[in-house]
Amino acid sequence: MYVAVKGGERAIDNAHAWLAEERRGDTAVAELSVAQIREQLKLSVDRVMAEGSLFDPDLAALAIKQARGDLIEAIFLIRAYRTTLPRFGATLPVETATMAVIRRVSATFRDVPGGQVLGPTFDYTHRLLDFALAAEGLNPPEAAGASPEGLDSVPHVMGFLNREGLIEEAGAGDEVPPDLTREALELPANRALRLQALARGDEGFLLSLAYSTQRGYGNTHAFVGELRIGQVVVEAEIPELGFSVEIGEVELSECETVNQFGGSKTEPPQFTRGYGLVFGQSERKALSMSLVDRALRWKELGESHNPAPARDEEFVLSHCDNIQATGFLEHIKLPHYVDFQSELELIRRLRAAATPEQEEE
Amino acid sequence: MDPVPASPDNDLTAARRSWMGLLARARPEALAALMPAPLPLHRDLRAPEIGTMMVRGRIGGAGAPFSLGEITVTRATLHLEDGPTGHALVQGRDRAHARRAALVDALMQTDAAVQIRESILAPLTRAETARRQGRAAKAAATRVEFFTLVRGEDK
Repeated sequence: MYVAVKGGERAIDNAHAWLAEERRGDTAVAELSVAQIREQLKLSVDRVMAEGSLFDPDLAALAIKQARGDLIEAIFLIRAYRTTLPRFGATLPVETATMAVIRRVSATFRDVPGGQVLGPTFDYTHRLLDFALAAEGLNPPEAAGASPEGLDSVPHVMGFLNREGLIEEAGAGDEVPPDLTREALELPANRALRLQALARGDEGFLLSLAYSTQRGYGNTHAFVGELRIGQVVVEAEIPELGFSVEIGEVELSECETVNQFGGSKTEPPQFTRGYGLVFGQSERKALSMSLVDRALRWKELGESHNPAPARDEEFVLSHCDNIQATGFLEHIKLPHYVDFQSELELIRRLRAAATPEQEEE
Repeated sequence: MDPVPASPDNDLTAARRSWMGLLARARPEALAALMPAPLPLHRDLRAPEIGTMMVRGRIGGAGAPFSLGEITVTRATLHLEDGPTGHALVQGRDRAHARRAALVDALMQTDAAVQIRESILAPLTRAETARRQGRAAKAAATRVEFFTLVRGEDK
């Protein structure tokens, strides 16, 4: 027999009202605006856009405010919102070689055309708390400017360093890529589908997996061939007009890693490549993504089997989405009274069968 | 886009692509300031509509396409009273931005083009150029200049 139980409506309403009050915090402290979050917590906004898989800084900032700064909750809000919007189509592939870079470094080649551009990086800071920031109303020093000669078009490092042919080609093709928001993920996945899953995957999960490959669980001895961040123009076809137009700009972080590779039955010794591309300024994620991408390519490169977690496509792709993960994980805190009742009955019966004398006493 | 041979038609298409791109990339509030209400008379063929597009990237930056993630966009189609049709497909969720962009697209196909270019497109171009140059200059200031240090072993 199944008995439906209702109740808790008033408790839920009151819980939500209290949530709203707690979200606001002490009313003696000024309220945060969405614009303040967008401008001053930009890296949180970028993470929500990347893992929410929707580029819209204002929406991401709103989601962060609503979620009280819980980024996974904010990502959840973005994922839910995007399902309410009609899909107009797909853009042309963004050409990251034309990126207006604010940051561009190569850890493998010092003298690259365009130079090593540090950009607004945390690298080389001393990681000491800056108590000056606790005082309000201080204006930051103005950033210096210099002649941007050679920065208008910065070629990819890997492209022009491959004259010797020692680095694997990026490949080509213009086939329509799969889209896991339209068709459920099926395994084995091709590289395009894997990259989509990783691009929206959880930064922490990918970071740990990438780290595990560095420590020896599926060795990908990776060098950063190039890491770049900047604005890229997005272009789309307008069917009514029969030509494409630029529809806007997105900020992207792109990472290409090179990995030593001793060759296999099918491939000569060469440097192989891992690729990461992420919405916003998210270089840790882009770097992690490129290491995991490379680890997952073991089969197509003819590498011998090595049962490391980062090389296990099913394991990685089935667990990298933090909304799927948190949905399944957190649902267990919701009422399971009937499920648990049946478990309880089962355990009682098993115990009765195992220890009949004691139960009878 | 594939390269196309030069012809008056293609020149017009190139010019139109250029202003449509500029209007799409413009800040909505900047366009609104240059084009305050009341807007020229027009009729909606497709009222401004918010949706998404899947942004594609290329594997390895230059290889086959993959689905990177979506972007919010707003599209609109309208026509001037007895005049040409204007289209807009712009990033974001600002319906007024799409409407104004479509209106400018239509107006640029009329005798008002010279005046519209002067009063709307030129200031938008200047603002965009200044924004881009400002960022590029700051990036350039963080470019590393390497110095080779002479070490002691060779004499």
